[in-house]
Amino acid sequence: MTNEIIRIENLNKTFLAKDKKIVALNNINLSIRRGEIFGIIGLSGAGKSTLVRCINYLEEPTEGSVIFEEKNLGKLKKKELLKARRSMAMIFQNFNLLSQRNALQNVCFPMEIAGVPKAEAKKRAEELLNVVGLSDRMTSYPSQMSGGQKQRVAIARALSTNPSVLLCDEATSALDPNTTAQILELLKKINQELGITIVIITHEMKVIESICNRVAVIDDSHIVELGEVKDVFLHPKSKIARQLIFPHGDAASQKFESGKRSLRLVFDGTTAFEPVISQLTLECRAMVNIVAANTKTVHGKPVGQMVIQLPSDRDAVNRIMVYLIDKGIKFEEVTEA
Amino acid sequence: MNTALILMSSWAEKIANIFKSVTVSDYADAFLATMGITLISTVIAYLFGIPLGVLLYGTSEEKMFPNRLINKILGIIVNVFRSIPFIILLVMIQPVAKLIVGKTIGNAAFVFYLTVAAIPFIARMIETSLHEVDKGIIEAAQSMGAGNFKIICKVLIPEAKPSLLLGAAIVFATILGYTPMAYLIAGDGLGALAIQYGLYRFNPTVMYISSILLIILVQIMQEAFGFLARKTDRRISK
Repeated sequence: MTNEIIRIENLNKTFLAKDKKIVALNNINLSIRRGEIFGIIGLSGAGKSTLVRCINYLEEPTEGSVIFEEKNLGKLKKKELLKARRSMAMIFQNFNLLSQRNALQNVCFPMEIAGVPKAEAKKRAEELLNVVGLSDRMTSYPSQMSGGQKQRVAIARALSTNPSVLLCDEATSALDPNTTAQILELLKKINQELGITIVIITHEMKVIESICNRVAVIDDSHIVELGEVKDVFLHPKSKIARQLIFPHGDAASQKFESGKRSLRLVFDGTTAFEPVISQLTLECRAMVNIVAANTKTVHGKPVGQMVIQLPSDRDAVNRIMVYLIDKGIKFEEVTEA
Repeated sequence: MNTALILMSSWAEKIANIFKSVTVSDYADAFLATMGITLISTVIAYLFGIPLGVLLYGTSEEKMFPNRLINKILGIIVNVFRSIPFIILLVMIQPVAKLIVGKTIGNAAFVFYLTVAAIPFIARMIETSLHEVDKGIIEAAQSMGAGNFKIICKVLIPEAKPSLLLGAAIVFATILGYTPMAYLIAGDGLGALAIQYGLYRFNPTVMYISSILLIILVQIMQEAFGFLARKTDRRISK
């Protein structure tokens, strides 16, 4: 694959703690494509933060390799590794800005490390702060800024060395929903306009939904699911994925009244929810009972699933199924869970 | 009214008497000597204490270059030097003073003794200040491809600056507290003055004046460093 930017092969990471081996990552295989926004989701302690730190070798994998732009990071000399890291910028949950430097000086910092001449660095820092919408806060110190502003400074700082990858470690987890949306919008813009590949680590499904192309679900140290966001969202195979997608309970796994047949309808974004059900009751002359529904908007399209209870009339059931097939709505019969 | 005047004139006489044995210029000389000895020792001790403190910090667990063995060895050395009472350490390292300063007595030798005693103390102060720096900030610098030396110079020390400055005020006062021992090896200073005139010549006033001057010196340094720490700390939003 030529458009691959990061490849992770058979990666294992174990920590030693008081003579006990703790497996943080177990046989991870991943390929991240150039220019995509790749999400890694999992609950706390699943190993996702360790995984992102293995990608830029802040944590050295116990086994396996990380190949970044055709270079095996494990085989690089210390100096080359430090250089490679400049192409893989990182932003954090706690922003990690230098508290004794103002916004402009913070953005200049990675360029200082990389040896960019001062005047040039300052000019670029000003441009970048403009890009993230902070042209009026250049001389503000982190203590004088809000969480959203601090993350914007962190993003500008991350971009200063022209990275090809931006690693985001729970970058929006400390922010309120509004600010989160703004930061995600900014990341999307960076991805589209600058062509920077973005890897997002999060425990929030809504982050994945709103900007990621592909997602890996990580649980108990290994990847349990991997694919296009829409596919994983519509057909979550693992229990953990269902839990993350439907934090308040999965429609498909809910208990249904015994003796009555139920259908699980899947909406994949090509049809809207409401008209389908209203039309169904009208056209099939049958009443259905909506037992559970989970609907969300992914990339601006309505997707989700709904469980309906079928009427006892067999003819009506047949009419419903024919109607659904006709409309191209995927469904499956669900029995008692 | 009259009694007050008499009282005042008798006070003036007493004060004049004090300066008969020890003149104002004696106090000034002693003040300058104490300040000089303390400042020079502090500066030299910092030159060695900073790297040692950084090493103690960096080799500790989960830091930049963790090394349990080196950390333990350095820790023990520092603790040993800090445990030996200054006056005994002074005697013990006299041969080394002879080697380095050329003498075992006098102000120069005393600066050497003070410096040796202060280095481990300063190293511990530095180590403590550095531990206050957020681990995440160091990780961020590492993610930018900063090597250890750059992290120390551009992240650790600048971020710990307010704490380091306050630490310096403590260090100064502590070293100042040792300066009277200069008397034992024919050194100068306010402490020597206090002992020589106050203690041995039964002139407590000299002792009090010397002490007051020492208090003023500590106060000035404490305030100066405190002011500098507050003034330059960007975490305090204004």
